[in-house]
Amino acid sequence: MALINYASREINSKIVYYGPGLGGKTTNIKYIYTKLNPSIKGKLISLATELDRTLFFDFLPVDLGTIRGFKTRFHLYTVPGQVFYNASRKLILKGVDGIVFVADSQIERYDENILSNENMKENLEAHNLVLEKIPLVLQYNKRDLPNITSVEELQKILNSSNKYAFFESVATQGIGVFETLKEICKLVLKTLA
Amino acid sequence: MTEGLNIFEEDFWAITDALNRLLQGTNARTILLIDKAGQLITSVGDTARLDTSSFATLSAADFAATSQLASLIGESKFSTLFHQGERENLYVCLIADRVILAVIFDQRTTLGLVRVKAKNTAAELERIFSDIFSKLQKETVAKHIDTSFTKAAEDELDRLFGP
Repeated sequence: MALINYASREINSKIVYYGPGLGGKTTNIKYIYTKLNPSIKGKLISLATELDRTLFFDFLPVDLGTIRGFKTRFHLYTVPGQVFYNASRKLILKGVDGIVFVADSQIERYDENILSNENMKENLEAHNLVLEKIPLVLQYNKRDLPNITSVEELQKILNSSNKYAFFESVATQGIGVFETLKEICKLVLKTLA
Repeated sequence: MTEGLNIFEEDFWAITDALNRLLQGTNARTILLIDKAGQLITSVGDTARLDTSSFATLSAADFAATSQLASLIGESKFSTLFHQGERENLYVCLIADRVILAVIFDQRTTLGLVRVKAKNTAAELERIFSDIFSKLQKETVAKHIDTSFTKAAEDELDRLFGP
């Protein structure tokens, strides 16, 4: 639900990082925060537990500057990945314009990726949204670890129709982080025109 | 495209006018209008010391979480929220089921006055937003965002995030 204000000439869009717990969603946002020029980023808000697990969400506003007279902003959110925080996940999806699904490549997290993907579709439906109409980018994270599922297999379970762009990443090192962000931003911008 | 909220000049000025009258009528410090997805629509009053983006996001999250609490105890919603601080207070209410009005005020006014005046403003804003929503549903809103905007924005993304 992009907000376009023709009087103040502002466009705000909401991008949500979704995926299983401990998959690297917050790591993505934190890396973006550390690397962006202070002039284009706002304050990073993390509503997390004492153990640094996301409790409600992380939030980072990114300012693209003035494009054709419109101040263009992306609001990046993460959801809490842990299964029992579903009520929070559902709330964060309200008004979403684009989704990054961060999958955990580790073999032992195989099922969690599938469950989280299904959960995402259910929660979108709760907002009367269908995945087919929302820009989505997949990120296969933790590619540096030894015990990982192949990209082909991840594609099979999360992107069987090969409809969505995907990126391999190592979010802790920033590999693939900005490529993913740029792609989802571009897809969201296309929906505005 | 997902369901969007487009606000045009005349609606925006009508909204700002209503908020300014509320600000003056209550002697509140700051008033913000936020959509339920957490995006700031506009604000009036003193915003110099306030991170309005963060405030908008957290207010929407607060309201959403509280609405879920309401449903857990069998209420359809809590239509207003009040947070009391030592110096500053926050009064929040929902308008037209989609927009959140947040009033920040201190000891220069009272909760009672804010509540009464905000109720009047809420009714006025409800009319304005009902018009906006029906306009968005009925008419094909002329696209001011065209492919040249998309191209320019993509170029800017490449410049900021690398090619």
